[in-house]
Amino acid sequence: MSILIDKNTKIIVQGLTGKTGTFHTEQALAYHGTKMVAGTHPKKGGEKWTGSNGESLPIFASVAEAKEATGATASVIYVPPAGAAAAIEEAIDAEIDLITCITEGVPVQDMVRVKEKLDASKSRLVGPNCPGLMTPDECKIGIMPGSIFKKGSVGVLSRSGTLTYEAVFQTTNAGLGQTTAVGIGGDPVKGTEFIDILEMFLADPATESIIMIGEIGGSAEEDAAQFLKDEAKAGRSKPVVGFIAGRTAPPGRTMGHAGAVISGGKGGAEDKIEAMESAGISVSPSPAKLGETLVAKLKG
Amino acid sequence: MNIHEHQAKEILKGYGAPVAKGAAVTDLSQAEAAVDSLPGPVWVVKSQIHAGGRGKGKFKELGQDAKGGVRVSFSRDEALENIREMFGKTLVTAQTGEGGKQVQRLYVEDGADIDRELYLSILVDRAVGKTAFVVSTEGGMDIETVAHDTPEKITTQPIDASNGCTEADAAKLADALKLEGSAREQGMKLFQTLYKAFVEKDMSLLEINPLIVTKKNEVQVLDAKVSFDGNALFRHDDIAAYRDESEEDAKEIEASKYDLAYVALDGDIGCMVNGAGLAMATMDIIKLYGAEPANFLDVGGGATKEKVTAAFKIITSDPNVKGILVNIFGGIMRCDVIAEGVVAAVKEVGLKVPLVVRLEGTKVEEGKKIINESGLNVIAADDLDDAAQKIVKAVKG
Repeated sequence: MSILIDKNTKIIVQGLTGKTGTFHTEQALAYHGTKMVAGTHPKKGGEKWTGSNGESLPIFASVAEAKEATGATASVIYVPPAGAAAAIEEAIDAEIDLITCITEGVPVQDMVRVKEKLDASKSRLVGPNCPGLMTPDECKIGIMPGSIFKKGSVGVLSRSGTLTYEAVFQTTNAGLGQTTAVGIGGDPVKGTEFIDILEMFLADPATESIIMIGEIGGSAEEDAAQFLKDEAKAGRSKPVVGFIAGRTAPPGRTMGHAGAVISGGKGGAEDKIEAMESAGISVSPSPAKLGETLVAKLKG
Repeated sequence: MNIHEHQAKEILKGYGAPVAKGAAVTDLSQAEAAVDSLPGPVWVVKSQIHAGGRGKGKFKELGQDAKGGVRVSFSRDEALENIREMFGKTLVTAQTGEGGKQVQRLYVEDGADIDRELYLSILVDRAVGKTAFVVSTEGGMDIETVAHDTPEKITTQPIDASNGCTEADAAKLADALKLEGSAREQGMKLFQTLYKAFVEKDMSLLEINPLIVTKKNEVQVLDAKVSFDGNALFRHDDIAAYRDESEEDAKEIEASKYDLAYVALDGDIGCMVNGAGLAMATMDIIKLYGAEPANFLDVGGGATKEKVTAAFKIITSDPNVKGILVNIFGGIMRCDVIAEGVVAAVKEVGLKVPLVVRLEGTKVEEGKKIINESGLNVIAADDLDDAAQKIVKAVKG
């Protein structure tokens, strides 16, 4: 089992014809035959996309047309920042179930507008500014490197791309493997929060443990800790290992990710770690010891 | 991106917000004209730096008894004297750090007849993903202190993106600020004006502290702090022109030219990492092993050899750097590209400090081969933990 995506998930690529879209679509097709079924481009409808290894996908003028023709339920967005919000809105209008926006640098006000539309829809958005999702040996949406994954029992969720890879790599090396890895993205306003994914991991019978990687800024980690506390009281819990990046970050400075900033005395690492530990999460002080910490926790 | 108070007021004035008359002084030769452009009898001379707490700040060169960075002057001569005394001096406030910031421009403003000082800000409330007003009747002081000591005096009002700031929203804000009569009428109009400016100009923070009610029961913007969403600057050339590079670290300006996310810090171990989260985690692990990072640097996912070379040069240009840690987990970023960039940079600028390189992920073997065959004195590391321990040991001995 897995969450959100599996070998049957059919995916449309918004921004397929660009360099980034092309590269990652080739990678996805090569990864256990992920079902990338179509691309969209407003002016190239009816044409075909050809990858560097001779792969071929139909291009449609709109997401709605592509969905109608292929039965796709997911889309992935590689559109540049200025057009990313419109791409998400188009996917929402086409009632795509799962929209993943990889694009980094989407203006916050655009996301505020998108979020309002999203909340009134049935679509789920992952991102923006995220590495996407991955279910080992089945489906790859986004830019995560397939080679470090191994089918297994750990659910991985993270605000950071490369730290997701660390967690995946370490759990692979520890022999545990992953059910699904989800990068929710580093922007302040985004489609999916920790809580949404934690709920799915708790409900997924194949997910036996969870690694959650947060960072400074906002209060999503505190909210997640409270959620896990409440769920544990209701009798639902799984072993969780955590990490918070940015213990040494100075206040008031944006650390690469638009959302990684301690502002107004809020969003610091220590508060997050304290909240997570109080919810029974084992917070690793070192990003190099996520796998080790989880193995130790599972042994009790 | 941050701008100065006088620039923020210029923008708000353009939207029709009630702002006092004022004039900027960027060169001492402009002092008399600036003072004479205002009617008096009260002139307020304000230091323009990108940091708060200016009023309570102290000038390094003037001693503890001298007045702060915002001075009320009751005659033309006093205003001129204050300008001459503050200009070019180093102002240290609670937000500047010990080094302070040099005051390279001043803003002279018409004095206001203050009855009440209020607080107003607009920001994006990330917990709900909406633009929101934060207001309080306790203006003119540090809002974090108010939030801590008397949280009941702070009201947060989220705004729906599709409707904007409605009459009903504005009325609630006016109630929270206890505005009555003409001040209420003006305030409600001002809230809608400020919201419009915030959204149209892609601000990330608009803070008016204080927003004042004058003795004539009129509202006025007395101070204004505005920051912009860097990701939206592509659609605001007018805002980008307000950038004051003298307020920024030279290494950060250089990094921004190459689209590198770089933040200068006080430690002695330079870091080059791909990914913001991993870059922060690398800083953290250096600290965990007893040293301090000299910088945050994310080369990004699509870095080229040229970008990596530029990043390496920026790190080595920092005289505090006594060792360098390169930490790459290649996803999109290929390890061989990083290796080529590092080798090229070292050949160009030389290597005077220990360099530890940890490579993992896409094309890792090719990357390691490039480093090994370069003949450079590089310490290879197996994983992040090993890398951090090795660089700390190399620097601290």
